[in-house]
Formats: sequence, C-alpha cells, structure tokens
Amino acid sequence: MSDNPPFINFDAGRLAKHRRRKAVNAVALTLSMAAMAFGVFWLFWILFETVGLGIGGLTVATFTEMTPPPMAETGGLANAIFGSLVMVGLSTCVGAPIGILAGIYLGEYGQKTWLGHTVRFINDILLSAPSIVIGLFIYSVVVSQFKKFSAIAGILALALIVIPVVIRTTENMLALVPNALREAAYALGTPKWRVILTITLKSARAGVITGVLLALARIAGETAPLLFTALSNQFWTSSLTEPMASLPVTIFKFAMSPYENWQKLAWAGVFIITVGVLALNILARVLFRHKN
Amino acid sequence: MDTKVEFLVSDRPKLSVRDLNFYYGAFHALKHINLDIPEKKVTAFIGPSGCGKSTLLRTFNRMFELYPEQRAEGSITIDGENILKSRQDVSLIRAKIGMVFQKPTPFPMSIYDNIAFGVRLFETLPRVEMDERVEWALKKAALWNEVKDKLNQSGSGLSGGQQQRLCIARGIAFKPEVLLLDEPCSALDPISTGKIEELIHELKDDYTVVIVTHNMQQAARCSDYTAYMYLGDLIEFGPTAELFMKPKKKDTEDYITGRFG
Repeated sequence: MSDNPPFINFDAGRLAKHRRRKAVNAVALTLSMAAMAFGVFWLFWILFETVGLGIGGLTVATFTEMTPPPMAETGGLANAIFGSLVMVGLSTCVGAPIGILAGIYLGEYGQKTWLGHTVRFINDILLSAPSIVIGLFIYSVVVSQFKKFSAIAGILALALIVIPVVIRTTENMLALVPNALREAAYALGTPKWRVILTITLKSARAGVITGVLLALARIAGETAPLLFTALSNQFWTSSLTEPMASLPVTIFKFAMSPYENWQKLAWAGVFIITVGVLALNILARVLFRHKN
Repeated sequence: MDTKVEFLVSDRPKLSVRDLNFYYGAFHALKHINLDIPEKKVTAFIGPSGCGKSTLLRTFNRMFELYPEQRAEGSITIDGENILKSRQDVSLIRAKIGMVFQKPTPFPMSIYDNIAFGVRLFETLPRVEMDERVEWALKKAALWNEVKDKLNQSGSGLSGGQQQRLCIARGIAFKPEVLLLDEPCSALDPISTGKIEELIHELKDDYTVVIVTHNMQQAARCSDYTAYMYLGDLIEFGPTAELFMKPKKKDTEDYITGRFG
C-alpha cells in the first residue's frame, strides 16, 4: 500500500467496510434474482401448457359452432365467446363512467373531506372483496328477486368489480398531475369544471384509459360472479334477460367434465382468454408509455 | 412595519397592499404588510427562502384560496377595488392578472391552443383575430420565430426555456393589466434567463410586472423597484438603484452584500 499515492491509500477499516458492503449486495442480489426466477418459472410454465394444450383444440369451428353436447364430434365456443364479449363489454360501459366520475370526485373535489375519506375507505374494501361475494350479492338482490338467471345480472356483477378498480386508478392518475398545472389553469381564471375537463383529466387520460383496460382484463377471466348470475347457456342468445354463456363458466364446466371433447374445448377457451388478456395488458402498457 | 416609499416622479400605484396578514393554518406567514406596486414598472421581491415573497405574490390573484387552510386578512386594492373583500367572481379578478410559475406548465394541448386557452375563457374571437392574438402574444414573448411552423405541435415538446416563454405568452394573451412572475427563471439556463429578462424589460411598457426572485443580480438588472422581505416582514422597499446602492436598513445591506442569507 505504501507505494500507492495517498489518495487511494484506504485504511484497513474502510476496506473491510467496503468488502462487507459488496458481500451484502451479492447476497441481496442473489435472493432477489432467485425470487424473480421462481415467479417467472411458474408464469412461463402456465403459458407453455396453455399454448401447448390450447392451440391443439383451436379450429375454425371453435369460433363458429355452439358448445356441443358431451361426446359430440363437432362443436365450438361461439356462444361462449359472444357471451363473454357482450357481458364484459357492457359491464365496462356501465362501470367505467361511474368509476371515472367517482374517481374525479375523490381526486379533485373530496380529497380532504369527510365524505371523500369514507368513500375511499369503502372503495378499498370493495376493491379487495372476493368476486364470489359480489356474485352472491347480485344473486340475492337480482336473480332471486326476478327468479331468473340472466345476462343482466352477470353484467351487474362484473360492473361491480370494474367500478372500484377504475375509481382507484382514476384517483391515482389524477394525483400524479402536478398541482402547478392546476394552479396555472386557475391563474387564468378558469372555472373548476373546465380545469378538470381540459387540463387535469386530459393530462391523466392515458392513465385513466389504462385503468379501464386493466379492469376489462380482470373481469374477462372472472368465473365466480357469473356462476350465480348469468349462469350459462348451451345455445346462442343475444337476449340480456336470458341466461348467457361465457368463456370462464364454460371452461369451468367443461374442464371438470370426464368428456374428452369438452376438455379439449376448455383448453381452447383458456388459450383464447389468456391471449385476450395478454393483448389487453400489452395495449394498456403501450398506451401508457406512449402518452408519458 | 412602516415603509414609506417615495415613488419616482410620475409613477402611480396600481396595486395597494394595506395591513396584510397571511396565515398557513396557525403559522403567521406575512405580518402587517403595507406596500404600493407602481403601474407599468417592474417590482421585484427578494429575500431568503421562506421569507414570504411568493406568498405575498400569490395573494394578488387570490391563488391561496385553492387551499382551505390558507387565509389572508387586510386589503389589496387594484384600481380602487379591494380584491380580498370583493364579491366579484375570482375568475374576473384573475382575468386582470396574469401569472407565470417557477416551473414551466404547458397545458396538454398544442402550442396554439395553449395561448388561445385563456383568451377563449373571456372572449369569443373569429378565427382570424384569434390567429392574430396568438401571433401577437408569441411575438411579445420572443417565441414566435421558434414556433411559427409548429403551432399545432404539443407544447410539452418545447425546451424548458421555450416552455417558460410559452407560459409568459399565455399569461399575456388575454391582455391582463398585471403580470405576476414567481421565480420564472429558476429552472432555466443562463441563455433562456437572459431572453426572459429582456422580455421583462419590454413588457413593462404595457404591464405592471411583479417578479419574485432568488437572484439579487436579476432583481438589480431588471426591476425598477425592489422589496426586501425577511421572515414575513417587509424590511425595506424602494427604487431598485437606491435599495442596492444605499440601503436604509442594516438587514437589507447585510443581505444584498451576501453577509447573510
């Protein structure tokens, strides 16, 4: 050490500290890499199985023919795919506007009010409520009242899952808009509704849309809330007052059955849902990154 | 605090502050401020961080009202009307007073719409006149030559200095009478700062300008009057040359000579 110039002549204590810091770093890095590998391993296994088993059962008939009876030669998932699109689409149309408006209230009007705190707290509870509870709730207030399973009941149940997710993301995205931007708009004499509509909501637009897309992706795979509400339907129906088939419920029914043709279709359905949800997630990400 | 100011001949007050007290909750941030801001001159507020200079500026357009725990007592008179007591809609008061903030705040819209936004709040102009107004504001803010070919592009695509000049253009486009600048150069490089200081010089032909700055040289360079504040008190106020050359108070002298602050 003595022949080194003084500015890199560290004393022993400093070197020991440095070595320990590097060792701790190595341990932490190894642990976190292992945790990451553990998670990714299962994810890829799921994807691998889904693609492997799903693609095999995927034919044109999957998209054009109705769900078949057990042990039939042909058949597809057309009614289930249609039912899922209708119910997921309509419940988003019902839930997203309510969620966005409530999120605007929490983010722009009621931040520090008693009502705002209460709504936020209740929304957090709703956000973490098990979806089967929501299904049973709609069952008791809608299905048992009208003595009938229907697509409307399914749409309501899914909308109840969409609303808290959208409220939460909308509020969070509005909170990210810098206050300086709001102040700049107010300084021009802009009324509050116009500040929200043209400045804050517009700045947060990408985030809000992302929240809606993620909520959509979440309900696309929900089974429990539909089991007690929309039930399922072996046939094609576009009537909202009738029971309606959906991909998750059909998968549930078919996958649990002993019939080989049903099991095959169940895997095809799993593949379609996985690809659909993946596409929605990627779209949400691209949108969010593009706008930011 | 008693601060009698002899305005230079021919200067008359545009904005009068009388016995102004300001509170953030229980904290007494401005103490008995008395001050006259001269018309069509540049007035600078200087002082160490936390002295209340931005707070004072933000009372002039009632910006503090956005936050329920903040309140002001006393009077601020513009053209004979006490804006703190005024029953007038706060929007109409703000329409008389433009403001530019520390960090550039371009709105999420095109350069053109950024300027037109404030104008559209109070006037309905035919397209041609609106085009003229936008061009006028951008020229006034020394930005026209840099953006005239990309008026439809987003305002956030401009550089920091350009964004700040865009905000100044937006702040004058609706033709206010007073322009409040809250440390407009603190986030900018020296070249952009120079451009904005030149701009401030030109603006005082038409506007009453009040600027808050951390930079004493900037106050000395571009203001006609300077107020030195410390811990919520207005210590000294007078013509800039006088305040910097022969300050009346020891505190002011210590601050501007760098012995304190």
